[in-house]
Amino acid sequence: MLAVAKEDLYTQEIELNMGPQHPSTHGVYRALLTLDGEKVIKVENIIGYLHRGIEKLAEDRTYTQFIPYTARLDYLAGMLNNLGYVQAVEKLMGVAVPERAEYLRIIMAELSRIASHMIMVASMALDLSGWTAWFPPFRERERILDLFEMTCGSRITVSYMRIGGVAADIPDGFLPALEAFLNDLPGMIAEMNGLITGNEIFKARCQGVGKIDLETALAYGLTGPNLRACGLPFDLRKAKPYGIYDRFDFDIPTLSNGDSYDRFVIRLLEMEQSARIIRQAMAALPDGSVMAKVPRVLKPSPGEVYHQIEGAKGILGYYLVSDGSNKPYRLHIHGPSFVNLGALPRIAAGGNIQDFVVAIASIDIVLGEVDR
Amino acid sequence: MENIFTDLAALINGFLAGAPPWLQTLAMGIVYLVGVLAFIFLNAIYLIYLERKISAYMQQRIGPNRLGPHGLLQSVADAVKLLGKEDIIPRGADKWVFIIASVIIFIPAVMVYAIIPFGKGMIPVDLNIGVFYFLAVASMTTIAILMGGWGANNKYALLGSMRAVAQMVSYEIPLTFSLLGVIMLAGSLQTSQIVAAQSNVWYILLQPLAFLIYFIAATAEVNRAPFDLVEGEQELIAGPYIEYTGMRYALFYLSEYANLVSVSALAVTLFLGGWQGPWLPSWLWFLIKVYIMIFIFMWLRWTFPRIRIDHLLSFNWKVLLPLSLANILVTGVGIKIYQLLTLGRW
Repeated sequence: MLAVAKEDLYTQEIELNMGPQHPSTHGVYRALLTLDGEKVIKVENIIGYLHRGIEKLAEDRTYTQFIPYTARLDYLAGMLNNLGYVQAVEKLMGVAVPERAEYLRIIMAELSRIASHMIMVASMALDLSGWTAWFPPFRERERILDLFEMTCGSRITVSYMRIGGVAADIPDGFLPALEAFLNDLPGMIAEMNGLITGNEIFKARCQGVGKIDLETALAYGLTGPNLRACGLPFDLRKAKPYGIYDRFDFDIPTLSNGDSYDRFVIRLLEMEQSARIIRQAMAALPDGSVMAKVPRVLKPSPGEVYHQIEGAKGILGYYLVSDGSNKPYRLHIHGPSFVNLGALPRIAAGGNIQDFVVAIASIDIVLGEVDR
Repeated sequence: MENIFTDLAALINGFLAGAPPWLQTLAMGIVYLVGVLAFIFLNAIYLIYLERKISAYMQQRIGPNRLGPHGLLQSVADAVKLLGKEDIIPRGADKWVFIIASVIIFIPAVMVYAIIPFGKGMIPVDLNIGVFYFLAVASMTTIAILMGGWGANNKYALLGSMRAVAQMVSYEIPLTFSLLGVIMLAGSLQTSQIVAAQSNVWYILLQPLAFLIYFIAATAEVNRAPFDLVEGEQELIAGPYIEYTGMRYALFYLSEYANLVSVSALAVTLFLGGWQGPWLPSWLWFLIKVYIMIFIFMWLRWTFPRIRIDHLLSFNWKVLLPLSLANILVTGVGIKIYQLLTLGRW
């Protein structure tokens, strides 16, 4: 037995840079982890690798020219970002949108939400090394992107919404293809449940991991599915309906544990509700124009507006200030991923490295929206 | 067909008839080594292809299909590409440890094949402590992984190699204990005798629990999903292999597949009746059984997510180890009762 004085024995903490190039950081994000062995003691968010100055760019673009930039924020849910921005401008100018366009917006926005949630469940499964579970959501997401392509020519950065309506009416084959997709969606969800949600290893890895209680979640300003997984049925589509969301009948799924597992499951549940909304919108889709008569040059009268919608990842807000010219004086974007990422150090501290990977996957960040 | 390989060996031996005995032994040793190496390389190359195809079919993809018919030459092309890659040794690395580790990892992977009975009379060295030799040599792999992870001087590699030690050392214990039941039944550590003892009934029927424990522990021992914590692609990116490039990297993967084949071969030898089977040549039976085992390994890999390190260890110490000990006890009692019933004495 070697005689070692107690004060000579010590544990050294390791500082580990996870990212900006790392398979599980979901983009160019860096986490500075302080490790004791494998245990994560402290997490520090380091962001800004994808900063493009989008808010500043807005000040040098006309109101219409800025639409394509919005889809580069949360590039997994381009339609929703488009929607939030154009509705903010419409609110500022008081533009009325034709009925058909409103319904098309709902269909597209909810499809975009489903696509975004599909990415989340797929990549979370993949972050736990569930390779095969990556494929069913991506297979179905491909069909959503095909629908987008059919309508506006683009798949990810859609730029489909316009101030006063939408860019194009849906083509002939759209509704049958959408119907077929909605019919297959429950099958995909069942496939995921069979493959990964009910898996014992998956449950052991996710349940109780990255837990956050409702009060802390509210204090950090978490919104969207992450908040609803803590037990609060707060959804802007119900709480403060924008567009024509008050016309649809749907539920707000909530779960109570606030752990990574619930954050995963709630996405699957929300897909079903989005599908319900889309079905109702399809049934009620009126005929008519898809674009209101708006002037060619948009010059809102001086003033300011804040408009927020329920994005795929939480509350997405646009704050617009107009000085009466054809360009925004100031645009601020409230991105849900940025807020959710702020809670990550709290959520992930105390677990080990594998738990950290689960936690970061479960809060579902998109770096385009974090860094803007 | 049955004796194609043994005849070949006898033919080579015949050429050496006049040579001194030590030369004969040496020459035959080299022949066996070449045979085993060819077996390992061919297997590794086509197991990678098989793995990609199997995973593809499980995931509604097609998999490699460009090079050669059905993509059969894909792995060959990959190997050639890896051979042409630059061998990068990081400036901060502990150069010699880093270099040697990639070679050392391959040595036990080849050595364990010495005691595998590939077919009737097709066993390179019929050691009387065969199973013990296998376990002893296979455990050396841990050292090579630790060397690689330490030598790379990278934090991810260090974490990965620490996991490797914790995991592989722990899982060796239930692995060994699960084999004890079979050894008690056969009354021998010699692989040829264990195979011979299974001519009436395969040991998987007498030792189903031991087989299950062996299978789980072997999955962990060769670092395959859901126990692939050492590489932990999503967390540690590639663990100990992170800084390796080109052929050194390939050596790690080659030895991983070689280990996969060897643990499958041991499972076949100890539990599935070895090379025994009707109609077909014995070596073909052996291969068929080995590939069935490998398929199950692959099936697991592409279905399950990765387990967490603390769950991995507590599962080992709290579940597998007590079960394997209980299995030894039950086997011992069972043998005695059987002797009492058939022979009328203990």
